[in-house]
Amino acid sequence: MSMTRMPIRTPMTAVKNLVARGLTRRGLLGATAAVLIATTSPVVLAATPKDTLVLAWAIDDIITLDPAESFEISAGEIMGNTYDRLVRFDVADPSKLYGDLAESWTVSEDGKTYTFKLKPGLKFASGNPLTADDVAFSLQRAVKLDLSPAFILTQFGLSKDNVEEKVKKIDDLTVVIETDQAYAPTFVLNCLTANVAAIIDKKLVLEHEKDGDLGYAWLKTNYAGSGPMKIRDWRANEILALERNDNYYGEKAKLPRVIYRHVKESATQRLLLEKGDVDIARNLSPEDLAAVEKNADVAITNRPKGTIYYISLNQKNPTLAKPEVREAMKWLVDYDAIGETLIKGIGTVHQTFLPMGLLGAIDEKPYKLDVAKAKELLEKAGLKDGFSITMDVRQTQPVAGIAEAVQRTFAQAGIKLEIIPGDGKQTLTKYRARNHDLYIGQWGADYWDPHTNADTFARNPDNSDNAASKPLAWRNAWDIPELTKKADAAVLERDPAKRVEMYTELQRDLLKTSPFVIIYQMVETAGVRKNVEGFVLGSTSDSTYVFRVSKN
Amino acid sequence: MTNDAQTWRAWLTSERPASRRQARLGRAYAAWSRFADNRLAMAGLFIILALLLVAAFADVIAPYSAVTDGDLRTARLLPPSAAHWFGTDDQGRDIFARLVHGSRITLFVVILVAVIAAPVGLLIGTVAGYAGGWIDAVLMRITDIFLAFPRLVLALAFVAALGPGIVNAVIAIAITSWPPYARMARAETLTLRHADYISAVRLMGASPARIIARHIMPLCVSSVIVRVTLDMAGIILTAAGLGFLGLGAQPPSPEWGAMIASGRRFVLDQWWVAAAPGVAIFVVSLGFNLLGDGLRDALDPKAAGQ
Amino acid sequence: MALAGSATAGGRRRARLRSTAMAIARFLVVVALTYLGLLAVTFFIGRVIPVDPVLAIVGDRAPSHVVERVREELGLNLPLYQQFVIYVGKALTGDFGISVLTSNPVMTDIRRVFPATLELATLGTLIGAFLGVPLGVLAAVRRGSFLDQVVRVIGLVGYSVPIFWLGLMALLVFYARLGWVEGPGRIDVVYEYTVTPVTGILLLDTAMQGEWEAFRNVFGHLILPASLLGYFSMAYISRMTRSFMLTELGQEYVVAARAKGLSERTIIWRHALRNALVPLVTVIALSYANLLEGSVLTETVFSWPGLGLYITDSLQNADMNAVLGGTIVVGSVFIGLNLLSDLLYRVLDPRTRAR
Repeated sequence: MSMTRMPIRTPMTAVKNLVARGLTRRGLLGATAAVLIATTSPVVLAATPKDTLVLAWAIDDIITLDPAESFEISAGEIMGNTYDRLVRFDVADPSKLYGDLAESWTVSEDGKTYTFKLKPGLKFASGNPLTADDVAFSLQRAVKLDLSPAFILTQFGLSKDNVEEKVKKIDDLTVVIETDQAYAPTFVLNCLTANVAAIIDKKLVLEHEKDGDLGYAWLKTNYAGSGPMKIRDWRANEILALERNDNYYGEKAKLPRVIYRHVKESATQRLLLEKGDVDIARNLSPEDLAAVEKNADVAITNRPKGTIYYISLNQKNPTLAKPEVREAMKWLVDYDAIGETLIKGIGTVHQTFLPMGLLGAIDEKPYKLDVAKAKELLEKAGLKDGFSITMDVRQTQPVAGIAEAVQRTFAQAGIKLEIIPGDGKQTLTKYRARNHDLYIGQWGADYWDPHTNADTFARNPDNSDNAASKPLAWRNAWDIPELTKKADAAVLERDPAKRVEMYTELQRDLLKTSPFVIIYQMVETAGVRKNVEGFVLGSTSDSTYVFRVSKN
Repeated sequence: MTNDAQTWRAWLTSERPASRRQARLGRAYAAWSRFADNRLAMAGLFIILALLLVAAFADVIAPYSAVTDGDLRTARLLPPSAAHWFGTDDQGRDIFARLVHGSRITLFVVILVAVIAAPVGLLIGTVAGYAGGWIDAVLMRITDIFLAFPRLVLALAFVAALGPGIVNAVIAIAITSWPPYARMARAETLTLRHADYISAVRLMGASPARIIARHIMPLCVSSVIVRVTLDMAGIILTAAGLGFLGLGAQPPSPEWGAMIASGRRFVLDQWWVAAAPGVAIFVVSLGFNLLGDGLRDALDPKAAGQ
Repeated sequence: MALAGSATAGGRRRARLRSTAMAIARFLVVVALTYLGLLAVTFFIGRVIPVDPVLAIVGDRAPSHVVERVREELGLNLPLYQQFVIYVGKALTGDFGISVLTSNPVMTDIRRVFPATLELATLGTLIGAFLGVPLGVLAAVRRGSFLDQVVRVIGLVGYSVPIFWLGLMALLVFYARLGWVEGPGRIDVVYEYTVTPVTGILLLDTAMQGEWEAFRNVFGHLILPASLLGYFSMAYISRMTRSFMLTELGQEYVVAARAKGLSERTIIWRHALRNALVPLVTVIALSYANLLEGSVLTETVFSWPGLGLYITDSLQNADMNAVLGGTIVVGSVFIGLNLLSDLLYRVLDPRTRAR
């Protein structure tokens, strides 16, 4: 029953036939000529079928199709297109929320009870009716399974023991969620837009339950949702195919099929795009973007994402713990040169811990490359002759390239930077054990609320070695009781205007004192062939909606 | 002068050497003249000598630093020109300078692998051959097991465990490349074991360790050296392969395989970034292959031409 | 006399049988020992890795109690020797655990990706053998001729050029610039679902199902990497063929055959080559094993979804179950081919057979 081995013969034969017919030039040549071409030229004239959207994308990060576990970028997009949730945010303006499965919702006086009314007559792709029962089950399941993204739900007081009490079905169309404190409603609702809060088909999943695992083993590679598209096939590191869900409650998907083809290299993606073998290429490097821009058949679209790239300084290292050193390093990055070359088209220089687009984010860039100023600061710290330091670097672009560029600018102020390369898991293991000096990495917003980043950059409730939670501030041993209090207050502030103010202040504090040298905010860019319409990148991975795409 | 040279030659090629030294030098001269007659072998020798010179004088030869020079804004991905013979890479660094400095890494790799693997193989082979019996059986079984392993994949798994890096790559390659030397050394030891002079030494009361170290190992060295030279190209290619997969030397290190890996991203428009280090690897590997072939032919005339 | 004679003949037959049985037993012991060695080495590798295997499964942001729970589930809290016994037991039944990357059992993944590698390596070896053997024979016969020099250059280049680099340059020229062949990957996405996987070898699958357009596409994808592997295989095979043939041509029976007035063609192709075939089979088997292993590099360059790419992808994601499972499978095939060629040599070689 594994999806990966299921051949989808009937619909896809149509794809091939369409292609054959689509090649009009060959039709004109006549049968004999066609045979001649077929035998002499090994390359078929490339074109994707009209009813199928083909995307080239590095989808090797997908490790599961279960929304309760999925936490990866490309999996997020798949979940966003195939699973519904109570609420979604507007792709054009992420600060606006709208009901997805929920028709309406109310928040109680004391700010702790959220009541959702469902749209009537909802159905899953399987044909099973979608009721409040499924909604309660899905949220309870995510909390009970307690996998990586579960904290998004548990952070407002849900736990294995109380979730059946706190998340309850009232009647077929009504669900109630209770929180432990009166949080900002925007915060709770924003969290409910996340994939972990996706609604799954209780009946279908429980049919495949094994040893009380709530269908966990089965859903890893299968599908049980109600979204505009359904997942038809997934072969890890190769291909993922989506198909239109005709049971979807809203406007049906424009194309019957969407195929994601795993292609890792930007150069290959570019060739496929230019030759028309794919409609959309998703991981073009700055160099390939520049080349593709000149192609008349291809348009470039982009969107700032909730991911920021930073260098962090471990405060366990006495040199790096000096405030002057922290500041000096912020003056030793050539933000402009990096912005114009290594991240051109895939990122914009950004220096605060909230990416643009999140509530309260400010676009202040006080730092630029200023070697003299950095030297002055180092001298004040008693490090006139510089010092040697290591940086753990993941060998992927553009991070590795930025590390090499920073190595050169650091050298100008006498800081000898040794790059310790590793793969993602190795550097991360070291980082989480607080054994690094400098670390270069990125942080993506887990849900569309400023608390997601404040929680990790500006909160460190327990700086001891065996703390329960390990936010970025903890990983760099940055002990900040004052800032933690400020961040805690901000998430409880129910007046949106005041909340914005509080986050503005936090960002300015961190700009000045934090051990985080924030370099840029990611911009997602895609090359799209001109006959594709309606492809809009979302600000989070789960809000890029391929079901709204059509082809001419 | 010419007279002198002629006498020297006559002395070296004399059919009746008067001393042991003369005989040994005479043999070396014969081998050398066979080697020198082989034009391809001389070309190989020339390439390797050039590599050694380039590595020794890298700082003088290279017009720029391999790591710290380079300007993102002005010198990025420039095509080959008078200022940058082989162009520049994505960090604005001069590729020629990086190749020149990278020669040191290549030498480091081959020498280190040879220094680790050859003695290990030599020791295991001679001990097994001299001791015989169950020691021989156990050691040779282990050797066979390692011989039967897929070398590249095993090196890959080792590097995965040890973490990427040039030293770990060297260790991984060394671990997988000693068995052929052990086999060879054992075979030679078996022929020497019952030689009269070994029996004589044994009767004089020399310990087995001493016999192996002083009397057997030296005689196995020359064939091991030939084999190591022939293996050098393979070692370079494996190291470059690991670098290409991101498991060997890491950027910004100017290791040639890693340079190809990072040039791969620009291969469509800036082909020179990946092309130059590939040619460098090819030339050096070719040099070692030619040299190894020549050495084998010169030292073992029986096998010549095969 | 007659009785005694038959007794010795029977004894000889029994002795031969016994020695054959002994040889087979010894062979099996070698296989078992080698295999156990492979398992020990991979186990050792899996334990010294500096990556926390738990982290690879639960991801960066999991809370610590989840981490602890998974650690226990994986049995990582047991003593080492117990872990090793469990490991060997599981490996023998083909259970290499679940791949973190794909959520499938590693064996299921390997069964899916291995045909791709097999297809490539087989075609490569076929190309190598069909070109390499005749070239080697001709080079030996016309020693010192232009053709001999060509074979020598082919060999030298094959031994000296990095395969991944040559693949990259070939892609640049033949795919990106000239457009003569298809690009990276096994099949265009358009044809992806036209064939039902039966053997997993796409050339066979498309042909059997009569999907000729897809067949052509598959062939277009296959031709460049297969030619490349074929070249390296040819370099090795032609060089070895030449060497074997030179040995054979120097044998007394060749002189005798010439004296008998047999034509040079008969001597070369019927007699000398037939004798050289014995070691050649070994060489071809070894070359096949090398190509299977070398797929790690080629598949990376050509984005070929085979076992080599599976291993390197898993490596980069610290998916150790998959890496070790893949290593064991490649290792097993490699060991198998190695020992098989050894066995073949003994069986085929008249000299060893007589002994």
